[in-house]
Amino acid sequence: MTVRKFKQADWEEPLVFELSHEGRYGFHPPEAEEEIRDEINVEWLVPQNIARETPPGLPEISEMEVLRHYIHLSQMNYGVNSGLIYPLGSCTMKYNPIINEVLAGHPSLTEAHPDQDPSTVQGVLEFLYKLKQGYLSVTGMDDATLQPAAGAHGEWTGIMLIRAYHIDRGEGTKRTEIIVPDSAHGTNPASAAMGGFKIVEVPSTPEGTVNLEALKAVVGPQTAGLMLTNPNTLGIFDHQIAEIAEIVHKAGGLMYYDGANLNAIMGKCRPGDMGFDVVHVNLHKTFSTPHGGGGPGSGPVGCKSILAKYLPVPDIIYEDGKYALSYDKPKSIGKVHGYYGNVNVMLKAYAYMITMGPQGLKEASELSVLNANYIARKLMNTKGLSLPFAPEKPRMHEAVLSAEKLSIDTGVRALNVAKNLLDSGQHASTIYFPLIVHEALMVEPTETEPIEALDDFIEVVKKTCELAYTNPAEALKAPVNTVVGKLDEAKAAHPKTICLSWRKLCQLVAE
Amino acid sequence: MNRAHPYLPNSVPEIKEKMLEDIGVTTIDDLYVNVPEKLRFKGELKVPGPYTELEVKKLVSDTLEKNTHLKCAPFLGGGVWPHYVPSVVDEVVHRAEFLTSYTPYQPEISQGMLQSIFEYQSLICELVDMAVANASMYDWSSALGESALLASRLNHKETILVPSFISPARLAVLKTYTGPAGLKIEKVNHNPESGMMDLEDLKAKVDDETAAVYVETPSYLGFAEENVQAIGEITHEKKALYITGVDPISLGLLSTPGSYGADVVVGEGQPLGNHMSFGGPLLGIFACNHDNAIIRQMPGRIIGVTEAIADKRRAFVMTLQTREQHIRREKATSNICSNEALCSVASATYLSLLGPNGLKDLAETCTSRAHYAIRRINELESVKTPVFNSYHFKEFTVKYSKKKAADVNKVLLSNGYQGGKPLRGEFPELGESALFCITEMHTKKDIDGMVATLKEATQ
Repeated sequence: MTVRKFKQADWEEPLVFELSHEGRYGFHPPEAEEEIRDEINVEWLVPQNIARETPPGLPEISEMEVLRHYIHLSQMNYGVNSGLIYPLGSCTMKYNPIINEVLAGHPSLTEAHPDQDPSTVQGVLEFLYKLKQGYLSVTGMDDATLQPAAGAHGEWTGIMLIRAYHIDRGEGTKRTEIIVPDSAHGTNPASAAMGGFKIVEVPSTPEGTVNLEALKAVVGPQTAGLMLTNPNTLGIFDHQIAEIAEIVHKAGGLMYYDGANLNAIMGKCRPGDMGFDVVHVNLHKTFSTPHGGGGPGSGPVGCKSILAKYLPVPDIIYEDGKYALSYDKPKSIGKVHGYYGNVNVMLKAYAYMITMGPQGLKEASELSVLNANYIARKLMNTKGLSLPFAPEKPRMHEAVLSAEKLSIDTGVRALNVAKNLLDSGQHASTIYFPLIVHEALMVEPTETEPIEALDDFIEVVKKTCELAYTNPAEALKAPVNTVVGKLDEAKAAHPKTICLSWRKLCQLVAE
Repeated sequence: MNRAHPYLPNSVPEIKEKMLEDIGVTTIDDLYVNVPEKLRFKGELKVPGPYTELEVKKLVSDTLEKNTHLKCAPFLGGGVWPHYVPSVVDEVVHRAEFLTSYTPYQPEISQGMLQSIFEYQSLICELVDMAVANASMYDWSSALGESALLASRLNHKETILVPSFISPARLAVLKTYTGPAGLKIEKVNHNPESGMMDLEDLKAKVDDETAAVYVETPSYLGFAEENVQAIGEITHEKKALYITGVDPISLGLLSTPGSYGADVVVGEGQPLGNHMSFGGPLLGIFACNHDNAIIRQMPGRIIGVTEAIADKRRAFVMTLQTREQHIRREKATSNICSNEALCSVASATYLSLLGPNGLKDLAETCTSRAHYAIRRINELESVKTPVFNSYHFKEFTVKYSKKKAADVNKVLLSNGYQGGKPLRGEFPELGESALFCITEMHTKKDIDGMVATLKEATQ
């Protein structure tokens, strides 16, 4: 094992409000020029009935104190670029290249207003256009919108396209159901519900693939579409995908591809060729853009030509040697974002795409699959663990192990394995998802982790399992090297103790 | 040259072979056996590259630099505004531990992000004077869409009343969000003099079917809505939800949604320390009053205070998660998962730097300079600003009687100024008008220079 010792920095950092001292400033906005101040008196400007009476209760802190405060807090956090392996299944926590950040800070981009005359933003429009072209090639789609700001936002946009398609064909009131496998991401049913659809769940087979008989039993004239991740959340590529698409299409439904797992297949196979009609891709997963502690992401949606006329407006077009925004789409579902989506994130994705090139993207996918299988093979026979659903089949970019036996034998659960990983300075895998695996450990190492990091991860999981059988109490102690140990999550949600703001905290303390 | 890619440590041939051997296969393609032969992609992806970092830096910079270099910040607002981002904010959001972390699902190792977002929520509560704010929505528009859905879930009514000068982009997103739920969006007329909501028309339209009344202040056209209190009272009489949309910078000077009885506040957090970046990422503000029923219907993540079990130390966790998609699936209050967390960290840093006085100073600078510009522009012939006789904060309409707004902008642009947004397409009744915005980014010299060109352009 690589020799490293982890102890997370802990400043017991006060809340920013607790650092306040009256009269201090952390930043001076410029004052209006003297000539302006002589001419314009603000007090006369603002009508009394809508003037703010008491200043906001913001803290008053000097610049350096604010900087230190947030740097301290950053040190009490964990990132893929500053930590070690970050094998969160379904999240594709690959290296976030620094050059992309440097380029995304270019003032030509950061200082561009979305309503500027298109002639003044040709550079931005050009890269967006080129990103879209690359995206179409990777996904095998005919057209796309870059507007959705996140994966779930993309899912819902795609669902809205499906809805518009059926309404346009006069079947809007009839086609009310979206089929979702039981292994799907929680966002799938939630997005379909926001699109006004009823959710029909289909079970997986013991091989972890869609149960075709069950699917046939639920499709019909009421079917609007099917949402599927392939490879699925078990990390298994569903080889029956062409048949699934045929069943759904024959019933008049459309096929939705959840691109959360696209990292397994770039340049190897394409959703468009598998029979999917609409896809979203998480640029903050497959295309290396950082997740920022929960966002901003970007979830562009691609579709086949039959759905193109429903895409959100505007579209970025190239005509007569110029890039422009086109609103000429009378059947569009409208807008899903105030402007054009998370453009700054898209620039990072574009830089990544051309850094890798066609061969590099393909190699990235291949190595992500190699890394996941390496971990799966080395851990599946560890005492207490198993690889449910067709263990003989290769996994794709992620693998879902089960700690069910470990839990039954020793009382040490998947949760505890995760916390032991944290104590080693590695991030935990996703746990308890997908729901169809008991005590799930969903591992997605990504292609940017060296074999040494994979071996370290494997060793910590194995040692934790061994410890569980020899000294379970010790295995249950983790985490102890993180800022805090186990937290009282019930207290946070209890009506008597719930506290969601500083003002509430002051109130509770006063009581 | 066949070199291992800098991002791909296991592409070294010996490593790859060892790993394949350990797995028990001979080639990588053996791992893709489940992909049917006929579905395999045989061509080459149509993607430029590969390029080295040096080449990427030059290529992308060259592309971006095709943008026009303007003399000063664009005179544009409407939902994204040119405001200065202090250097400390950029430093904080570039910290790898924040930037490259995932959603804080493992709270013990993510206290830094959890506390930062809790601080963001708390700072927003102070700014808008509400009890609870969530961790963020995608932007103002999506926050508005979600607020309408929340209202309807809460009171099972179906009409959302909106001002006649609502931002067209926000209205478009609102319609997309509420379409599947069958909500009706209806506009309330405005007073022809002031532009503000016509209270008589509001009284006539608000009824037992009204789920919510939505007001923007300052409005899309820049004027402050002075009847916010009365609108709230009329709304509440019919037991509808009162939703207000705000530009947070204006709250350095203008009264708070909490003070005039708003139930839900939405708004755009971009001006609080986030770059414009051609319109994204943005930061959807979403806050509500202390009504427990509303809180339990909130969309998105919320961070709360708790304590460590062992030593009772104060700590932070994501809470009320039973509202969310990963637990509740199709019964969740929203499908939102990834949000704009890093933008909320930027805004927390920004609000901490400015403090109450800095925010007021900033709001004063914006509004003083805007009114200076209004005066200078009004001195021009064939030009009138603003169209409505009300107090405008930092944005205002400029109406041209001789020229087309688009043509005026062409002349401005040829002199290095990006003029206001032409409004004919969005509000034909305003004629040849444009929506201008002035912030602390525009100096007196910038304003004088622009107005001198405007004089030339409008004659």
